[in-house]
Amino acid sequence: MQKMLISALLFGLLLGGSVQAQTLQIDGSTTVGPIADAFAEYFKRVHPDLDITVKKTGSGDGAAALVDGRCDIATMSRFMKDKEFKDAVANGVYPVAHVVAMDGVCVVVHPSNPVGALTKAQIRDIYAGKIANWSQVGGPSMPIVVISRDTSSGTYETFDELVMAKQPMGSGVEYVNANPQAHARVKTTSGAIGYVGIGFVDREVKAIKVDQVAPSRQTIASGVYPVARPLFLFTNGYPKLGSMVHKFCAFYLTEKGQELVEAKGFVPLTAY
Amino acid sequence: MESRSLTLTLGPSADRRRPLALTPGEDLVGFISSHVGRAVLFLITATSVLAVLLILLFVILRSVPFLRDFGVGEFLTSRLWRPTADEPVFGALTLIVGSLYVSIAALLFAVPVGILAAVFLSDIVSWKIRNVAKPVVEILAAIPSVAYGFFAVLVLAPWMQRRFGFSTGTNALNASIILAVMALPTIISVAEDAISALGRELREASYSLGATRLETMVKVVIPAAHSGIIAAVVLGMMRAIGETMVVWMASGNATQIPHPWWDLSQSIRTMTATIAGEMGEAPEGMPHRSALFAVGVVLLLMTFMLNIVSEYFLSRAKKAAGKS
Repeated sequence: MQKMLISALLFGLLLGGSVQAQTLQIDGSTTVGPIADAFAEYFKRVHPDLDITVKKTGSGDGAAALVDGRCDIATMSRFMKDKEFKDAVANGVYPVAHVVAMDGVCVVVHPSNPVGALTKAQIRDIYAGKIANWSQVGGPSMPIVVISRDTSSGTYETFDELVMAKQPMGSGVEYVNANPQAHARVKTTSGAIGYVGIGFVDREVKAIKVDQVAPSRQTIASGVYPVARPLFLFTNGYPKLGSMVHKFCAFYLTEKGQELVEAKGFVPLTAY
Repeated sequence: MESRSLTLTLGPSADRRRPLALTPGEDLVGFISSHVGRAVLFLITATSVLAVLLILLFVILRSVPFLRDFGVGEFLTSRLWRPTADEPVFGALTLIVGSLYVSIAALLFAVPVGILAAVFLSDIVSWKIRNVAKPVVEILAAIPSVAYGFFAVLVLAPWMQRRFGFSTGTNALNASIILAVMALPTIISVAEDAISALGRELREASYSLGATRLETMVKVVIPAAHSGIIAAVVLGMMRAIGETMVVWMASGNATQIPHPWWDLSQSIRTMTATIAGEMGEAPEGMPHRSALFAVGVVLLLMTFMLNIVSEYFLSRAKKAAGKS
């Protein structure tokens, strides 16, 4: 009787233990989400019994989930705020940041526009509505059509923080809801200015220099380009070596990981 | 026509002294089942009414925190919609005006075309062609609004920029044109039904008095069907006001009221696009989310009022059709 109970208990633990070891909960940013999705898909092919869930509800939600212990990895497109960090430590969670990629926001104009470089202050004034005509910044006399991403986007957050410096955008700014749409608007409107992730810059739009720095993989990865930001994965302490969380967090260092990062339109950290 | 009264022929053994209906005492099962059946059907009908009322209640309750903390005055009069600023300002005036702009402009395009098409389908074209054309027009209503939105951004906007020299192609005019095309099937369908329901006698009487086809249509038929036509217009306006995807993609979403008020070539933003675009990011418990529900309340109130108006005119149209 006792032997049966013990073996049943061990069997249950084994089942429970094996189920636990094979799930990975990832939550957080919508910007980093695609990278986590790509990694998760690759991992599921290599480890078929691994169950990875990637939720994309926002960097803030990811941080909250890590603090509450509801996720193993929190993806965030910004560093943890003071309050989030303090809450984590108070809860016994010690956040460790892993930078998996760099994100560069490129300011683009129509290819026929002769303006090739603007300062951050000029871009800020254009988006705030103070500069309304291209002739004021050295271009032809054309009204500026200002395109921005809507406020729920991580790209908008980056642009708002690094370029607008929290100044409010003008009332005539048009909002679109996705990178491809911003690209389509700038491609077809000769007086347009907009911003897209570096993965969306192609021959149909012209990326301009910001503060004399042209956006490219090198300038974004090194941080020389002014509108660049790192993308983070946060874990509770440094993950145990060899565990699935550790493999996931170190995956970006492998060549396959770098390929996936670049395929999603971000800048890989190493020149692989 | 002589009226015949209905005489019930009973068999020779029928008991003519009793009334035909059975009392509950005599037919208990029948009595209970008929009342239970009525109650069940009433509950089912009430569920749909309840659903509408509960939606309205839910939206109003969720908007109360914002209205309590920020007040209705700034919400309805301020032109600034800055929900994510450090000191948020929630002014829905530009959104309400934007919705009204695109709806009214859409109606200005759709109503003449729709009513004339309805008259064409009911009076001018042959019955065979009408039976083919009417379903085809109703297919227009089945095209997904996202498809219209893509068309507006990728085809109509650049065309407008090239043809009219507008600085931006995603503007109030673009959204109005697409909304007019979307409202057309509704307007044509309901107006055509109203005009057809008038019957031949009205038109025959008009022709017999010597009126031409044009005079009959303009001075007799359309005025006689005016209740149904107004109902069609109001239903079309409801479609236009409630449309979300198209205006989100085609109107530019700039929180501004166009500067000379009649300049439709400037970008505007509607209530529906604001709710759809920002609800995903507004965190639970923040005034931003509550403010979006308040915008939803304004939208619901507008649609409900339009619904009541259209119901009134539809019932008048039914009465007019029933009498003739």
